[in-house]
Amino acid sequence: MLNPQVMVVGAGPAGMSAALAAADCGVKVLLVDFFSEPGGQLVKQTHKFFGSRGEHAGVRGIEIARLLGEKVRTHLGVELLLDTQVLGYYPDGVLTMERTVDGESEYLKARPRRLVVCAGASEKPLAFPGNDLPGVYGAGAVQTLMNVHGVMPGRRAVMVGAGNIGLIISYQLRQARVEVAAVVEAAPVIGGYAVHASKIRRLGVPILTSHSVKEAHGERELEGVTVWRVDERWQGIPGSERHFEADVLCLAVGLSPLAELLWQAGCRMAYVPELGGHVPWHDEHQQTSVPGIFVAGDAAGVEEASSAMVTGRMAGLAAAASLGSCPHYRELAGEARAQLEALRAGPPGEKIRKGLARLEEVARRAG
Amino acid sequence: MRIGEHPILTFPARRKVTFFFEGRPLEGYEGEPIAAALHAAGIRVLRESPVLGRPRGFFCAVGNCSSCLMVVDGVPNVRVCVEKLREGMHVERQVGKGDLLGAVAAKRGVLRAGGRGGEGGA
Ligand SMILES: Cc1cc2nc3c(=O)[nH]c(=O)nc-3n(C[C@H](O)[C@H](O)[C@H](O)COP(=O)(O)OP(=O)(O)OC[C@H]3O[C@@H](n4cnc5c(N)ncnc54)[C@H](O)[C@@H]3O)c2cc1C
Ligand code: FES
Repeated sequence: MLNPQVMVVGAGPAGMSAALAAADCGVKVLLVDFFSEPGGQLVKQTHKFFGSRGEHAGVRGIEIARLLGEKVRTHLGVELLLDTQVLGYYPDGVLTMERTVDGESEYLKARPRRLVVCAGASEKPLAFPGNDLPGVYGAGAVQTLMNVHGVMPGRRAVMVGAGNIGLIISYQLRQARVEVAAVVEAAPVIGGYAVHASKIRRLGVPILTSHSVKEAHGERELEGVTVWRVDERWQGIPGSERHFEADVLCLAVGLSPLAELLWQAGCRMAYVPELGGHVPWHDEHQQTSVPGIFVAGDAAGVEEASSAMVTGRMAGLAAAASLGSCPHYRELAGEARAQLEALRAGPPGEKIRKGLARLEEVARRAG
Repeated sequence: MRIGEHPILTFPARRKVTFFFEGRPLEGYEGEPIAAALHAAGIRVLRESPVLGRPRGFFCAVGNCSSCLMVVDGVPNVRVCVEKLREGMHVERQVGKGDLLGAVAAKRGVLRAGGRGGEGGA
């Protein structure tokens, strides 16, 4: 049985920031990740990040992963456990884990005094006939295959979703020499930033707004995709169909928080579409409704890497403070809060602000 | 297909290994996910679904969705999108749910008390 003072689940930008913040307060931290490298989503982001300068905006995601990864590997207060999946949370506060080394797995347990969950988010599926055919993938899966493992997903792709993720991965498909037949987006406007949209338009990739997938075709694998125009209620309009030959269909239609461990721990959850679905209620110290359990990054509500780093730092500081190890908590947490407010300001932050307000409202109604 | 030249990324040289897909020898890189090696060899159908027998490939590539379950060295329900490739592995398409208890018993050399077939669900 491992007995760390603080255990952090997930070594993405949120988890690494949480671990570093707590360890800087002199607390012993166990940082666990399923993957073989720290970095989370960042290990496959080859583009330069948007966000705030303090959180490495303008630097490629893979570089940020390397910078933070180096820090967690060398910090004496952080024990990094990779290739280890956290499986469950039990009522006595014990977490179970499976660690795989050279094909052999071992079973581990930990009872930390404080828990910080930074498990990130998972991709949402989309319902249409043929959506289970091999070749229909989450956009992030295609990105992992290309950018982490160096394998081409296919020859010709259709992307569903013109948010930043759909646009960025369309560009990355082209960098891997995969043709992109079209990007389809059910909303009447492109959701992602104009810079990303114009980059792929310059490559001659059409972005079809007010369009969605009608059907995916293929015998044993994907061979083609029929898309159609949708009305303002996102219902398909018969007669407007267009067919694309494609062996890859990428779904970039949103993420939802990975919060299983928090459900298991009995944390209060609320359904908030602006934050990606069911999200754990948390206070401004990133603490959930269960004292001693904190949440940060996309697991607390789908946002971005910059804010993931700041909420992670906040959670790490708060966990350390609750153990009596962070004498300057007020000041440090105040700085983090100001950073978050700046990140969430203006039109781009509107959705998040609405989501957080709704989270409070749902929680209040539930009592 | 492997990505050759890439404007930003370089893929470090890794050790080539031989493994077997449905008995057929294939090459892949040691330590990469089995699904990546299969995909690079053009194999995208990884299993058949338990009820309708429909072909399935991977979906999430990070171990979250269970779309990619295969039989690896006799053990069913292995998520090949995260299971690392090793020399000499035997990988089979999974049909149905897979008989995990039978596989564990067989691995331990224990004779199964009859009755339960090797084939999984419907
Ligand atoms: C294509 C794309 C482009 C993006 N571009 C930008 C951008 O330009 N700027 C920006 O700010 N943001 C961007 N983002 C968003 C950003 O990557 C995420 O918001 C950020 O990575 C979230 O950080 P996180 O630490 O919460 O989660 P993640 O980065 O998802 O990390 C979660 C980690 O937890 C681990 N984990 C999960 N469950 C378990 C478990 N049970 N046991 C052990 N480990 C577990 C996972 O392996 C993973 O490493 C982009 C995202 C994508 C997909
Ligand atoms: S593809 Fe989702 S678990 Fe393997």
